[in-house]
Amino acid sequence: MSVQSPISSVNDFVVRFANVNGSGSASANELFARSILRHGVPVSPRNIFPSNIQGLPTWYEVRVTEDGHLGARGGVDMMVAMNPQTWDKDVASIEPGGYLFYDSTKPMPTSKFREDITVIGVPLTAITNSTYTDPRQRQLFKNIIYLGALCALLDLDPKVVEQLIGEQYKGKEKLLSSNVHALHLGRDWALQNLKCPVGLRVKKSDKVGDRIFVEGNSAAALGAVYGGATVCAWYPITPSSSVAEAFTSHCKKFRHDPETGKAKYAIVQGEDELASIGIVIGASWNGARAFTATSGPGISLMTEFIGLSYFAEIPAVIMNIQRAGPSTGMPTRTQQCDVIACAYASHGDTKHVLLFPEDPAEAFEFAAAAFDLAERLQTTIFLMLDLDIGMNHRLCRPLKWDDAKQYDRGKVMTAEMLEEGRDFGRYLDVDGDGIPYRTYPGTHPTKGSYFTRGTSRDRYARYSEEGAVYADNMQRLVRKFETAQDMVPRPLQANAAKPTKVGVLYFGSTSPAMDEAIGILEARGHQLDRMRIRAFPFHSSVASFIADHDFVYVVEQNRDAQLRQLIVNENGIDPVRLVPILHYDGTPITARFIANAIGDHQDHLKVTPLRKAVT
Amino acid sequence: MTYIAKPKFHHPGLKKNELGYTHRDYEGKISTLCAGCGHDSITASIIEACYELSIEPHRVAKISGIGCSSKTPDYFLGNSHGFNSVHGRMPSVLTGANLANRDLIYLGVSGDGDSASIGFGQFAHSIRRAVNMTYIVENNGVYGLTKGQFSATADRGSKSKKGVTNTDNAIDLVAIALQLGATFVARSFSGDKTQLVPLIAAAIRHKGASFIDVISPCIAFNNHAGSTKSFDYVREHNDAVNRLDVLVGREPISVDYAPGTVQVVEQHDGSRLALRKLDADYDPHDRLGAQTFLQKHAAKGQIVTGLLYVDPDAEDLHTHLDTVETPLNTMDEQALCPGSAVLDKINASLR
Repeated sequence: MSVQSPISSVNDFVVRFANVNGSGSASANELFARSILRHGVPVSPRNIFPSNIQGLPTWYEVRVTEDGHLGARGGVDMMVAMNPQTWDKDVASIEPGGYLFYDSTKPMPTSKFREDITVIGVPLTAITNSTYTDPRQRQLFKNIIYLGALCALLDLDPKVVEQLIGEQYKGKEKLLSSNVHALHLGRDWALQNLKCPVGLRVKKSDKVGDRIFVEGNSAAALGAVYGGATVCAWYPITPSSSVAEAFTSHCKKFRHDPETGKAKYAIVQGEDELASIGIVIGASWNGARAFTATSGPGISLMTEFIGLSYFAEIPAVIMNIQRAGPSTGMPTRTQQCDVIACAYASHGDTKHVLLFPEDPAEAFEFAAAAFDLAERLQTTIFLMLDLDIGMNHRLCRPLKWDDAKQYDRGKVMTAEMLEEGRDFGRYLDVDGDGIPYRTYPGTHPTKGSYFTRGTSRDRYARYSEEGAVYADNMQRLVRKFETAQDMVPRPLQANAAKPTKVGVLYFGSTSPAMDEAIGILEARGHQLDRMRIRAFPFHSSVASFIADHDFVYVVEQNRDAQLRQLIVNENGIDPVRLVPILHYDGTPITARFIANAIGDHQDHLKVTPLRKAVT
Repeated sequence: MTYIAKPKFHHPGLKKNELGYTHRDYEGKISTLCAGCGHDSITASIIEACYELSIEPHRVAKISGIGCSSKTPDYFLGNSHGFNSVHGRMPSVLTGANLANRDLIYLGVSGDGDSASIGFGQFAHSIRRAVNMTYIVENNGVYGLTKGQFSATADRGSKSKKGVTNTDNAIDLVAIALQLGATFVARSFSGDKTQLVPLIAAAIRHKGASFIDVISPCIAFNNHAGSTKSFDYVREHNDAVNRLDVLVGREPISVDYAPGTVQVVEQHDGSRLALRKLDADYDPHDRLGAQTFLQKHAAKGQIVTGLLYVDPDAEDLHTHLDTVETPLNTMDEQALCPGSAVLDKINASLR
């Protein structure tokens, strides 16, 4: 067996921090990721955490990627092993030739290491304890000390890290200087005692550009602010809680009346998801833009109201930050597993509009657009994020807003229109698009009032159990859904360099891994046209794309190929033509996984002509 | 639900209120409830109270859940928007509506199944949140629409029409509302319009969570011997602590007070509640005392009615959230959108 040489790579490697939940490591780790960004090198960090507050293992992974591959890569080049509980697994997960960084204060038996990796011991506890006496300080500064050591080992510019610390502790001079001091303690020790840098290095580059670094949940919440949401009702549930929390903090900054200081918004933490969606429906019925944020179990609870929104035609925006189900499932792991649950939520014949953003920038854009769509279509709009987009910082294009944009409040009949004698039928299809007019409560003393109900009624909102009247209304709702098709974000298509009869469909957080996989597959000689679906109902181009190819892979992060089912069901596609590529272990999908799955399938399909095989 | 509209004709000499509306302007469609249903009497009292207060009918939003009681908003205030929502979920829908437009009057109509069983949580939390509303429970102790099952307000030991005895303890919504901080709490009887109309009027004028439990016998399924929600039983066991008159800047409805027996409560909006005390010991400003009084009388099998508690200086959810005076549903992008310049700054802070 040849000796494994250490991995040598500039601006392209994965560092994983293994920590204990609640040890204060998160901010140090985030500082590490941001420092690399400030070197002009893209990073893609991911939190891997348990459903727990203190004491359980947690990981933070930073993919350093000059080429800008923002999907998870898989594999670890350097492990910062700070958690004895997960030591064995952590050490085992390092790529051959990789690096292990650990606290060498206590000697470890050689059996605990591997021969094919480089082991880097820094006596973190010893350094910390000789400098600090307060236990909390010891814990927090230990994190900054390892950051300092990594600075030396990976050749990071300490000035960049210092500047970031300066920005973080602006106005808190004491904290600032003690953090900088801790950083240098670690860095100096490494420079004096270790061979620095190692094979993995960060070199200044210019690949970040004007991109921003933001979490999807925060961006979606900001989209709600820009989109004019005034009422938010929510119930805490991982991984969606930070949407409402971010909405609260954005509103505190941007939504107070400059003169009176009063709030131009109302946020209620409901007693459960039923109350949350009920408040949203009540507020939207009364003409305010309202939303809730939740995850799978919350969607299950909301389904009765979602059916009411569909049938009584009341706008609502639901942000679903998907996590692994079913039931409680894996609350802190990512999946795209609520596609069917949301598309057909509630009893009876129902269909709902779904939006699938790929990253925080689209989460912002689609969140704002969701309110226009909800009021235009007078129904529930689902913004389908997932934990991978929602709870991780992602590098994405800057957020944009056109100041000339006016909100589309949909078809609302005003007192003036009623006064003019316009015929008001709450469920009357006056324009042929299936969308009727509505009135806000309190509009006019004698005209335009109606009784909203979840029971069947005629075009003038009068109760009716007549079969023909009921069917007429149900058909109009289908018409309305067809209208929606041309209003929602269209799919985006990118063709392969060479003509091909093979295509791939994907959506949401799979996007960066898919983009990267295409490159890997091309290198292996596989050409694929690709289309990213951005909304349901599907635009007609989805069916055309499938028709234009012999077969199409559908890549998604759930077990049951839910998007594929929806396409088959809604477009009458022969299922044989759609090959499912499924990743559902709760980790984010990787380019390696997609490339292997598609590549293997493609290789398998390469039929050798019979005559050639025989001779 | 009914689809029968009432004819609009009315006698030219019909009395008009301050706004020039007659009684008929506050009516709705013809009720399809059973003839003699207590709920129809409550409907009549709501109409009367709104007429007396000279409310513009379209400035009321009437919201209900599901059940016989929840059907009634179709039978009053025909020019108001109504929302017959989801079983047990009227409180959340009303809360949302109230947040969207603080300028309307919110009337929540519910039943004992709707509020004490499936919607017990929503009932409790809307009261806790001090939503500015009038929350009326039309309480008959029975599931009428599904033909006679016990509800959670049915007293332990009471008998159903089929002869089954209820073994579960009853929920007293009034006691719960007091405990949860409702700032206007009353109980009445559908058959006692003179007590009920002023209570509804006072509740509407109250700023904060007003709750009225109205015992309303179900003549089809809960009006037999052995029931504790029948007309006869309630008449025999009704113990009114006070009688109320509401004075809204005009002639009082009645002025025949004996000296020393009247307590005047001035509410936030300037309306005055004249309470004719029937029980000398009863103080409607004492939340703790009210709870004790209620429990003591319940133990004796008496149903206490009247205005049980009022806090004239109550606050509501909008006060707590410190929202702007302008209704949120009237705001446009000018008022709500921070714009591109702010977004550029946000972008810069994220690099």
